[in-house]
Amino acid sequence: MALDAKIPAGEMDKKWTDYKGHVKLVNPANKRKLEVIVVGTGLAGASAAASLGELGYRVKAFCFQDSPRRAHSIAAQGGINAAKNYQNDGDSVFRLFYDTVKGGDYRAREANVHRLAEVSTSIIDQCVAQGVPFAREYGGLLSNRSFGGTQVQRTFYAAGQTGQQLLLGAYSALERQVALGNVKMYARHEMLDIVKIDGVARGIIARDLVSGKLERHFGHAVLLCTGGYGNVFYLSTNAMGSNVTAAWKAHKQGAYFGNPCFTQIHPTCIPVSGDHQSKLTLMSESLRNDGRIWVPKMKNDNRSPKDIPEDERDYYLERRYPAFGNLVPRDVASRAAKERCDEGYGVGTTKMAVYLDYKDAIMRYGRIEAGKSGMVNPSDSVVYGLGKKVVEEKYGNLFEMYAKITGENPYETPMRIYPAVHYTMGGLWVDYELQTTVPGLYALGEANFSDHGANRLGASALMQGLADGYFVIPYTIGNYLADDIRTPSIPTDHPAFVEAEKAVSERIQKLMSIQGKQTVESFHKRLGKIMWDKCGMARSEKGLKQAIEEIRALKKEFWSDVRIPGEIDAFNPELDKAGRVADFIELGELMCIDALDRNESCGGHFREESQTEDGEAKRDDVNYSYVAAWEAKGDGEWALHKEALNFEIVKPTQRSYK
Amino acid sequence: MEHYHMNLTLKVWRQKNSHSEGKLETYQVKNISSEMSFLEMFDVLNEQLITEGKDPIAFDHDCREGICGMCSMYINGQAHGPWKQNTTCQLHMRAFKDGDTIVVEPWRSQAFPIVKDLVVNRSAFDRIIQAGGYISVNTGNAVDANAIPIDKKDADDAFMAAACIGCGACVATCKNGSAMLFVGAKVSQLALLPQGGPERESRVLNMVAQMDKEGFGNCTNTYACEAECPKGISVANIARLNSEYIKAGLSTEEK
Repeated sequence: MALDAKIPAGEMDKKWTDYKGHVKLVNPANKRKLEVIVVGTGLAGASAAASLGELGYRVKAFCFQDSPRRAHSIAAQGGINAAKNYQNDGDSVFRLFYDTVKGGDYRAREANVHRLAEVSTSIIDQCVAQGVPFAREYGGLLSNRSFGGTQVQRTFYAAGQTGQQLLLGAYSALERQVALGNVKMYARHEMLDIVKIDGVARGIIARDLVSGKLERHFGHAVLLCTGGYGNVFYLSTNAMGSNVTAAWKAHKQGAYFGNPCFTQIHPTCIPVSGDHQSKLTLMSESLRNDGRIWVPKMKNDNRSPKDIPEDERDYYLERRYPAFGNLVPRDVASRAAKERCDEGYGVGTTKMAVYLDYKDAIMRYGRIEAGKSGMVNPSDSVVYGLGKKVVEEKYGNLFEMYAKITGENPYETPMRIYPAVHYTMGGLWVDYELQTTVPGLYALGEANFSDHGANRLGASALMQGLADGYFVIPYTIGNYLADDIRTPSIPTDHPAFVEAEKAVSERIQKLMSIQGKQTVESFHKRLGKIMWDKCGMARSEKGLKQAIEEIRALKKEFWSDVRIPGEIDAFNPELDKAGRVADFIELGELMCIDALDRNESCGGHFREESQTEDGEAKRDDVNYSYVAAWEAKGDGEWALHKEALNFEIVKPTQRSYK
Repeated sequence: MEHYHMNLTLKVWRQKNSHSEGKLETYQVKNISSEMSFLEMFDVLNEQLITEGKDPIAFDHDCREGICGMCSMYINGQAHGPWKQNTTCQLHMRAFKDGDTIVVEPWRSQAFPIVKDLVVNRSAFDRIIQAGGYISVNTGNAVDANAIPIDKKDADDAFMAAACIGCGACVATCKNGSAMLFVGAKVSQLALLPQGGPERESRVLNMVAQMDKEGFGNCTNTYACEAECPKGISVANIARLNSEYIKAGLSTEEK
């Protein structure tokens, strides 16, 4: 099947307006007859379910958590971008578009990114109207800060809990539609397969995670808003339950998987402390606004950071990238940290960490505060006290979190940080309308591949999730459903539903019947180690080939020796996890295959074979300016399809943040 | 930070499902690092149980960074354990010492039936939000975000109330099983913002009616909820809830 991205003709800044002006509509009476399934209730899912419910569609929404409010969007800290230019600092839709395409290292589709930048402003309006309490200035207007990879202040935020506040806004809109009867909510339910009839998505098989019973649900269309797959690495900043299962089932039913190897390693996370570690915690990128990152200039320096004088510190980001300094994009900052640690300059007991230091910021803010209140020659300790208060207000919850996890006081001693897996730019391939290669099956938010290319800029994930759900899918889905108004709801005793449920049931029984010796968790950890070592921050042909072999062997071992306790028809979290890990193992293989195919470095994908003299990622636009869309061909077999990327506006150049 | 290892005795509530009876079971865990989180200690215990062919302990958890509100353990008689303004997942083992006995129970409230072991059903909270915990603004209806300036203090107070993670510790810790801190936080957030104005009265009346219907108790001002709230939600929000409720009741009678 040839890939058609269905990008509208016309000038870049007119495409979306023209599309909306000509797209097919569904009249209100027909909307009431059309059923839409939404899987996942994070920013993309909750906003889509609420918006489609408001339009009058009959929506069923599913989440595996006990409430839609718990989806992992809730954990996003720093902020959400929008091209409002409230700060009068030169921002515009074009700049946001340009920064995002460049930040993605020229591996994103321009038309999608432009639309994202266009609708970004409406998102902020919508959220404020819902009662999202964004940070404000004393004049009562909204406050902004800056994030990596940009030189303007366009990030809106609510302390370090922006994701929480945006999700609660979308959740409340969703619950309002539940109350009105437009959305039916299924919590503690997990989607375990897509049901296709005549090649078209017509529903899902879901498992009630409390009773363990399988259920069949019909939909004229199915939306997957199921987030990313960073947990393939075992350790990541994702929630414990975040998984690829829904996307992977869709992939096996014919949805192509786009750029699976594009993973974001976030530079500022709390380092691993031991083998017991179950997840990693992010320290928001917003901390790089004010914090300075450094390592000692001397190798294996075991002195306490307080005892290392200023001229013996290497502020390596400021040194290497004077134009952007500590605010270089995430991929660049992560690799720079790894480079210093690999060279022996790392700090802390494991030596796999760098310092994020707030001392200068505290003193700087303190002097401003002292100046405001007219103090003359205040002592350092007074200045420090005043500055600490400012930092507390801006980042207090993050500092507290750091203290709880590490037992150290970050106001007094610099934080230790190290990169960790955070986000996956890859995901189900979608066209301009967010439709996958299976008609009637859509992917929104992090679950799709579309907007961030090979590296996502900070504060852009929340923007994309809400853009897709509030402002894109309500238009594009109509274009599909307008042709489906004559299709009555299909009863779920249709043979396709019976077959799909049988296959799901057999797989569960097979998993439960293995009764081997090793726990699900132990397999997941081993997979994570292979992925991190060989498909993590640096990748090579040799390592990837080894990883593929190791993953294949691990898969065999999993299916012959995993031990899952409990029963099928009961609440059984180990069984839920086993199904997810089985899918992660298959995905891991595809990620390595994709990373091996892409013999260039771009964004978060760093092939050791392809770097500049000073160690920066070296793209190969002649051979790799494409989206890799993988088609599942059978067990461990894939075919590669390429969607060529044509840059009309932003001309690819070597990214420079110097 | 000094690291150490410890051996612990755990007494954990085991209950097969909502219909069966439960009881405390005793377990030993060894060589637990002070750097582990409390839930990582449970991971160790569960791995041990699975290897021994026993049923692992079911508990709710997801983000493990204190924000999703899913984790919910009653530890040594305190919701989310001994640390102030902290969730179970952010509690770390350096809060304990070698030889300690730790008792772990689920949230206990009539309105939160037990699903299994330490897992409870908190869908009552979702139904309270459905009753009015929102502003009725369809997508696309909004005016420019800066069209209505909001007093910074009001915006900050609204944010403080909105920081509630919906975990239910307030209910679990209240001797009356009251949900008034949870409801008060949402009512306050929306009452403090101009956008919440039009539905201000119906919202508080409907949410309180749903809260009563779900079987939550009343507030008798012990402030246990505030003391145990992982996000430090203030009981001032309960005062605001009461005041909003009375005002709404009076004005709807006039109408």
